[in-house]
Amino acid sequence: MALLEVDDIVVRFGGVTAVNRATFTADRGVITGLIGPNGAGKTTCFNVITGLQRPTKGRVRYRDRDVTGWPVHRRARHGVGRTFQRLEAFGSLSVRDNVRVAHEIHGGPLTWLGGSLIGRRGTGRGGGVDLLLDRVGIAEYADERADSIPTGTARLLELARCLAGDPQLLLLDEPSSGLDETETDAFGRLLVDLAAEGCSILMVEHDMDLVMSVCHDIHVLDFGEIIASGAPADIRTDPNVQRAYLGYAETDGDTGVLEPVAQEVLS
Amino acid sequence: MSSLFAFTLLGLFTGAAYAIMASGLVLTYTTTRVFNIAHGAFGMFLSFVFWDFTQRQGVPTVLSLILVLGVVAPAIGWFVQRFVTRGLGEGPVSVALVVTVGLLVGLIGLAQQIWPPEPRVLLPFWSDTGWRIGDTYVTAHQLVTLLCAIAVAFGLYLLLSRTRIGTAMRASVDNPELLKLFGGKPDRVAALSWAIGMSLAALGGILLTPVVQLDYYALTLLVINAYAAAMLGRLKSLPMTFAGAMTLGILESWAVGYLPTDGFLASLRPVIPALFLFAIVVLMPQAQLRIGQVKGIVTAPVPSLRMSIGSGSGLLLVALLLVNLVAPNQVVLIGVAATYAMVMLSLVLLTGYGGHVSLAQFTFAGVGALAYAKLDEPNLFGLLVSALIAAAVGALVALPVLRLTGLYLALSTMAFAVLMDKVVFNADFAFKFNGTLAAERLSILGLRIGSDTSYVWFMVLAFVLLSLGLLVLRRGALGRLLIAMRDSPSACGTLGLDMRWFRVGLFALSAGIAGLAGGLFAGLRGTVGAADFLYFQSLLVLLLAVVFGATSVTGALLGGVALMLLPEFQAASPGMAGLLFAVIGFGAVLLGRDPNGIANHLFRVGRWLRARVAPGLEGRLQGLLPRGGTADGADGAVDVPLVDVPLADVSGGPDGGAAGTRVIEKVV
Repeated sequence: MALLEVDDIVVRFGGVTAVNRATFTADRGVITGLIGPNGAGKTTCFNVITGLQRPTKGRVRYRDRDVTGWPVHRRARHGVGRTFQRLEAFGSLSVRDNVRVAHEIHGGPLTWLGGSLIGRRGTGRGGGVDLLLDRVGIAEYADERADSIPTGTARLLELARCLAGDPQLLLLDEPSSGLDETETDAFGRLLVDLAAEGCSILMVEHDMDLVMSVCHDIHVLDFGEIIASGAPADIRTDPNVQRAYLGYAETDGDTGVLEPVAQEVLS
Repeated sequence: MSSLFAFTLLGLFTGAAYAIMASGLVLTYTTTRVFNIAHGAFGMFLSFVFWDFTQRQGVPTVLSLILVLGVVAPAIGWFVQRFVTRGLGEGPVSVALVVTVGLLVGLIGLAQQIWPPEPRVLLPFWSDTGWRIGDTYVTAHQLVTLLCAIAVAFGLYLLLSRTRIGTAMRASVDNPELLKLFGGKPDRVAALSWAIGMSLAALGGILLTPVVQLDYYALTLLVINAYAAAMLGRLKSLPMTFAGAMTLGILESWAVGYLPTDGFLASLRPVIPALFLFAIVVLMPQAQLRIGQVKGIVTAPVPSLRMSIGSGSGLLLVALLLVNLVAPNQVVLIGVAATYAMVMLSLVLLTGYGGHVSLAQFTFAGVGALAYAKLDEPNLFGLLVSALIAAAVGALVALPVLRLTGLYLALSTMAFAVLMDKVVFNADFAFKFNGTLAAERLSILGLRIGSDTSYVWFMVLAFVLLSLGLLVLRRGALGRLLIAMRDSPSACGTLGLDMRWFRVGLFALSAGIAGLAGGLFAGLRGTVGAADFLYFQSLLVLLLAVVFGATSVTGALLGGVALMLLPEFQAASPGMAGLLFAVIGFGAVLLGRDPNGIANHLFRVGRWLRARVAPGLEGRLQGLLPRGGTADGADGAVDVPLVDVPLADVSGGPDGGAAGTRVIEKVV
């Protein structure tokens, strides 16, 4: 049963069609990949799902309800969380306060008042906050300003911030870019754990090793259109996908199998 | 019926000129994301240049027109884009607004300095030619205006749809990211659009001068007409902007024809653009949150509670000495400074912490003053109610803009300030035209604070208490939320925060603080009138608040003192009055990119002094030094004293002053 259904979405910016009749789903409790070359419309799809972008046409259904007309915050309150490709960390707050704010937003006005009275030393929910930082592996950065930490770390911070809101559907936009190999491995395990806990994940990702190893389903987007959907093994051998990626590769004077080319072109 | 036709026709002519001006505004805004609130001021300045060419230098009209539109205006546009507004579009809206408000004030000052006030006449084109259509007389100038508008519309159409660079411009309207992705050259697009935009501002100004006179302020305020028209097209669509401009022109013309010639309704005429704007804003659809825009801004440090109380007490002590030492007529000036400082405090909350801009903050002070005088309850209760009324009015201004972005809020506040200044404050139920209202100084628990010295000291006390309250709020969860919303509204949205009501609440609170200041100001003066709360004053309040530091209480204090001194300096040397505006305006242009302002530099000096010069004096000086403290970014988190500043523990516990320095040096 699909948790999220994106149904025939069209997004146009002036003359440019960023997303053209895209239809795909994300199932409960698994990791779904959304891949494609740069400019294929992946982030635009995320914006449509979270409500940051109104689609020109089409519907978004989440937990069997049509949420196309819902404002951003209402979707979030119903469990849709996301990270951003271009970072949206609260740069002038500390890493810990980033997650603390997410906690406070999730907890509602009563937690704000409590925090105000306790003041700057308030650690009422700080324990939970630190546990989350620990879980994504950035506890050592807790006291740094969020705009002074490395990009990869900031992406993990955005993930921790989302998790503070206890999401049911997590949209991750290129979460592993900026992470080294060891960190990516740890990150992959974290994703699998989260999925096992019942959190559904839809992920835009350029690291094909990661995508192929953790995703249950993959949708491939090219020039705004879904050109293939299926299990990793099917996607690997899909002629349309090969063409889409190799077509790009040729212009770069490179050829080869899907994975290295994709990484070369898209990194 | 024929009179309806006549008024509609006349309206079309004015509307055509508005359309020319508004299309330039839309062009620059859509291609560079910098909303040029000084668009009208540039039109004003260039109209003066045109007057100078034709009347003073004796250059033939057509040649002057070619020179102004083809050389001077594009050059200015190019220069401004290259050296002033470049890169502002990617930053916070508040910074771009402050910089362009700085341009507005600076241009008015510069114009006054170059062309001192004296009656000047700019004749309409072919002023003795005209035709009779039915029973309407159409002048050549009106026909020229209409033809110019048609030419502009046609020219822009050709440029945008038939040329390569025009296509790039259109692409950047919808999605600046796409433009870069497809290999567009944003810099060339930006320079060209500012050059054209400036020519259109000049043409609009020159065409409208016979209607509104060659006046520094009237021409500058045309920007409200321009953006009111542009809002019909959501500041994006040129055809809708033309439609909006024509509608506005016709509405104004009908107002002349059909509104009664006296009474309250008659006074509505000059504010039709403002009313038109509010009507459109209410009808506009929900705006979308912008993504990938603002990163963390380094803000001035937030002091520890101990430090704030220490500095506050120090200030009260200094104020106590001052009010007893200075000449009696100067005591009131200290009260005026306290008023401005409190209004700027409301901007620290709104702009410094919240990232929103209000161009009507002193107008809210006026609402507070009016309420206080009208209530005639000279006690804390009356003062509080006045502040609440100002807050309610603030909420009313913010409500229609609930669903829109910060830019629309700022634009609405300017229209609101003009509306209050020109109509409401002058109405019979308020101060009356050229009138004043008496206001008594308040009593606390039956004890009247009558003397100048005690009342002024009480005002300083009010400033200190408000500051402490603000800092407590800043350190708490609400402060964190404010900063989070300023840094990334989209992240707040996707985390589940409904920012709409939060924004209204913030704006109302800020207006309430300004209203409180206004109530106290009314008591200080004894009589207050509409002339005390001109819209222009709000612009100066904003600029000085930002120049001295809109992110810290100290900045508000310094800004308040500076704004109090400004008219004193101007009175001392009347010949330099315009120059002072120019200095403030262009100063804000230079400093507006850093909302931490001068105060933040003082903090650094303060920390340096503490670290290097006077370890022994530290304890004694603490109250007098500018407030430093923990870094804003790491509030609550940097309770770790850093080793490289040994004095951290002397200055009142581990307040992390060193961390403040570190973070700020890193980013600035």
